[in-house]
Amino acid sequence: MSEAKKYPAPVTNPETAAFWDAAKQGKFMIKRCTACGDAHYFPRSICPFCYSDKTVWEEASGEGTIYTYSLMRKSPTGPYAIGYVTLKEGPSVQTNFVDCDLEKLKIGQKVKVVFKPTDGAPLPFFTPA
Amino acid sequence: MTIKGKAYIAGIYEHPTRHAPDKSTAQLHTEVAKGAIEDAGLSKDDVDGYFCAGDAPGGAWPMVDYLGLNTKKLRHVDSTETGGCSYIIHLGHAAEAIAAGKCSIALITLAGKPRTGVMPPRAAGAEADFESAYGATTHNAYGMCAMRHMHDYGTTSEQLAWIKVAASHHAQYNPHAMLKDVVTVEDVLNSPMISDPLHRMDCCVVSDGGGALIVTTPEIAKSLKKPLVKLIGHGEAMKGPRGGKDLDLTYSAGIWSGPRAFEEAGITPKDIKYASIYDSFTITVLMQLEDLGFCKKGEGGKFVADGNLISGVGKLPFNTDGGGLCSNHPVNRGGMTKIIEAVRQLRGEAHPKVQVKNCDLAIAHGTGGLLGVRHAASTAILERV
Repeated sequence: MSEAKKYPAPVTNPETAAFWDAAKQGKFMIKRCTACGDAHYFPRSICPFCYSDKTVWEEASGEGTIYTYSLMRKSPTGPYAIGYVTLKEGPSVQTNFVDCDLEKLKIGQKVKVVFKPTDGAPLPFFTPA
Repeated sequence: MTIKGKAYIAGIYEHPTRHAPDKSTAQLHTEVAKGAIEDAGLSKDDVDGYFCAGDAPGGAWPMVDYLGLNTKKLRHVDSTETGGCSYIIHLGHAAEAIAAGKCSIALITLAGKPRTGVMPPRAAGAEADFESAYGATTHNAYGMCAMRHMHDYGTTSEQLAWIKVAASHHAQYNPHAMLKDVVTVEDVLNSPMISDPLHRMDCCVVSDGGGALIVTTPEIAKSLKKPLVKLIGHGEAMKGPRGGKDLDLTYSAGIWSGPRAFEEAGITPKDIKYASIYDSFTITVLMQLEDLGFCKKGEGGKFVADGNLISGVGKLPFNTDGGGLCSNHPVNRGGMTKIIEAVRQLRGEAHPKVQVKNCDLAIAHGTGGLLGVRHAASTAILERV
């Protein structure tokens, strides 16, 4: 079902192009600030916490846990589960959960990143680890 | 500096329509403007400040022109757009402008027709590539909040259902309400699951319609015939995932806007006799009651249970018009009707079956955007003079 779903291609921009280039290689990138040490998502050039411009790309483990989710049952394209995953590296990211029984999702469950194709760069999703 | 007592709400109007396929959106804005101006006992040519949000077709200057406002007199305009709470923010901004002498009679309008046709999409922010594909809607964004609130605090669907039950008790007396039937906790739990853990009856209605306000100086308000209602405290705030650090969806920006408003007003939640709380979903009400300080964080479920929000029954009568859950939700934006019902309560103009006795202090609070993603909140505290 989720395999059949068509996802929009990212528009991308100069600030985020490196994220999408890496995604094409199957890499899930986050940004980390070398001034304050904190990682953030989605990626910005200027650290949203300390306003330093010393942010660097870092390949994330792609592992995390479900912070919350909601299974949307009334949708013209079929049920889907939106949620937030708290990455091992710290930041929480919005996503959909795919390739699993959506009725069995649980807060705290371990998940890992999986990319799904679009007409452009692939998009990151999460599935039970 | 404070806006406490420097502005009065002199005119209110809620459009009676809930479905308006035969009217234009600009027409609805004008009908509610006319209603509020007449309620105040003023003329449109008296208006020297205009406030509108994203629902006004084309924004402020096309609306000012269409409304036929007196452009020789109009000297203050504000089109702050913060979704459903825009109008509560406008109320505060109008008071600021009035206190600063930038205008003396401010008109605020809201109108639109989401029941007749799909609303245009909101402009995308910098997050679009990283979020839009995941299909965040109002239902699932608030569902995510409810799911985590239940996880962290043991909040139950039964407790959430009590919020809808209370709204339905009030809506039975509102002839314009879309849903007038009194419902039970079981009715809510037996309604279809829309986006876990929210059932259909945890969700507000979709309606056409609108509303408007006239905000003015104490001197002008006192020269008019309506009971006097003044703004004594106001707050606004915003919240988002902010780079994903320390994500916590169990509280809203109301945790900041509320204390700002209470501090300015010099009162506490215990002093409030009536509360208009934005009820896009039952969870919206529960979280906001906690954030505003009506109960401790995590105790909202216990607070709303057993009819505590029903006028004449519980300790905190809320949304006595039936609110968004039962009466209307014009343009998918609940802030305007929250102010209007609070003013009715303070004037003593609410339905006799739901009118709060000796109602001298009321709160109108709302959020805009998506509680589970990024949103604004605004709080207004009103006093009958």
